[in-house]
Amino acid sequence: MLGLKIETVSKSFGPFKALDRVSLQIPQGQFICFLGPSGCGKTSLLRLIAGLEQPTSGRILLNDKDITPIPANRRGFGMVFQSLALFPHLTVEQNIAYSLRLKGRDRKQQSERVEELLALIRLPGVGKRQIGQLSGGQRQRVAIARALAQEPMLLLLDEPLSALDAKLRESMQVELRLLQQQLKITTILVTHDQREAMTMADTIVVMAAGKIQQVGSPIEIYREPANRFVADFIGQSNLLDADYEAGDQVRVGDYPARIGNISQLIEPGRKVTISIRPEDIRLSPAGATGPNQLPGQIIFVRDMGSSIEAHIACAGKQIISVSTPREWLGGHANDAVSVELPPEACRLLLE
Amino acid sequence: MTERIDRASRSLILSWPALTIVSLVAIPFLLLLQVSVGHHDPSGLWSPGFDLSNFALLADPILLRTLAYSAGLAILVAIVCTAIAFPLTYLITRMPRRRQIAWLILLLSTLSLSEVLVAFAWQVMLAKRIGLSEIFVVLGLLSEPQSLSPGFGAVVSCLIYLVMPITVLLLYPGLSRLDRDLIEAAQTMGASNRMIFLTVVLPMLRGPIISSAILVAVFTIGTYVTPSVLGQPQQWTIAVLISRTALSDGNLPGSAAMALLLLAVTLALTGGTILLGRKKESGT
Repeated sequence: MLGLKIETVSKSFGPFKALDRVSLQIPQGQFICFLGPSGCGKTSLLRLIAGLEQPTSGRILLNDKDITPIPANRRGFGMVFQSLALFPHLTVEQNIAYSLRLKGRDRKQQSERVEELLALIRLPGVGKRQIGQLSGGQRQRVAIARALAQEPMLLLLDEPLSALDAKLRESMQVELRLLQQQLKITTILVTHDQREAMTMADTIVVMAAGKIQQVGSPIEIYREPANRFVADFIGQSNLLDADYEAGDQVRVGDYPARIGNISQLIEPGRKVTISIRPEDIRLSPAGATGPNQLPGQIIFVRDMGSSIEAHIACAGKQIISVSTPREWLGGHANDAVSVELPPEACRLLLE
Repeated sequence: MTERIDRASRSLILSWPALTIVSLVAIPFLLLLQVSVGHHDPSGLWSPGFDLSNFALLADPILLRTLAYSAGLAILVAIVCTAIAFPLTYLITRMPRRRQIAWLILLLSTLSLSEVLVAFAWQVMLAKRIGLSEIFVVLGLLSEPQSLSPGFGAVVSCLIYLVMPITVLLLYPGLSRLDRDLIEAAQTMGASNRMIFLTVVLPMLRGPIISSAILVAVFTIGTYVTPSVLGQPQQWTIAVLISRTALSDGNLPGSAAMALLLLAVTLALTGGTILLGRKKESGT
């Protein structure tokens, strides 16, 4: 298989298990995000791929070749660090040409490649500047250019955008994604920001506690979370406790409800969790009848102009609904409403 | 009212450093100046006056040769010592925290030994019968045991031993603050450990290297005990000559004039090194 393969890799730091038997396949040319809270093992996994750490057990293969014993300086992967790690004693040009200089390319080849990369990151003419003279966004791009200089098989990004302000970060996300599509280079990004992962990734790998929780496209991860952790971590989710009855029927508290898309066999009476996104919840005036209608009471309304968020007490829980101004039925705190959970939007989670 | 108190207390606070500078630097220096223009008086070492003839001593070729030798020795010790201490300090900063502390304490503890003690210990160590000479024979570096002191090698070795802890302590903060990410970034771009050292670590620590080299050179140029104990007359430094002029010849004004010359050379050496370091920095 062309691409990167991680085979039952574990990594321990003393008694702490940073990674626990992780297996993953990354096809060539894809943009992958390792997404998870801090301490979930995403950075450890990236460092193992880079060769900066050795796994306690397991193998890492690139194009079916075992690269586990190869040290970082002979893997030839480009990496952008969270701190960017640009050399402050070198100019922009010397930073970008660093890997080429080590490879013994002559000056002409070096400067041609630097020019090419500066044009690629849309910063022509800054080559002679010192790193200290660049803005945050410019440094960011120079770090990416430097990682790309040696034409790596793999581009590894360790939360490189986290130091930028929100606006710049969003535009860099789009820029980075377009750059990756242009170069078709296999890219792995580590982030704890799910918005960032959704913007850029072909495939998101959700991690927690040293284990992979789910692998899928952004929309799969969002629409069909594999477990409570993923449902809760990615976006906002309402998690309702329910009892499974039979077929597609469950009971949420005292109210019966129907669930779409049940794929697995579940024994009746089992405790399950229903996950539903705030934007899928429909509100109607109190007393509405029909399937999956639950009575509720508005606790709090937050009108943010482009959307309206309502916190509702329903089935013994506080749930959140998000409506567009057009859909919003109007209402204030303490008003009674009817909450509809459309069957096809409800996802059943075991455990 | 309060402003007045503020001003008063501020000048009180500032008077402390002023007092130390005046009492520890300015007064001794002015005394030295005064003695250097005094009359040579064989009965009482010196008497006050204004006599520039003492400076005529400075034209003595032996004195000038000794001065050049002292400066050369200082530069040599500074270079060798920094070259040894830098990789050593680098290795220490890569160790786990507890071991770093153990090493630093070990190095610091050697500073508590006086120069006299260290110089005589080296004399014993370099003697023919016991010590390094026998080990060198076992290693095949020498064909038969011989006394390694007095001599130039003995002086240089002892001086390096004396200044090594200072160099390590001066280099340690800079090296331990060196960002690990920079080293790892160089690694991912294909740099071997040797290239990381040459292209990242070394250039980023130019400042601490220059300042520790200057300190070592200044410390060494005025050394007195080590060359007296471990050197032959041709290894005597300017400080030994100054003390001989003052104590054996009883010529205090003459030795004061020589001390002023040493001070001038030291300042020139320091200034030159700083300028050289700055020039290199703007050059790259």
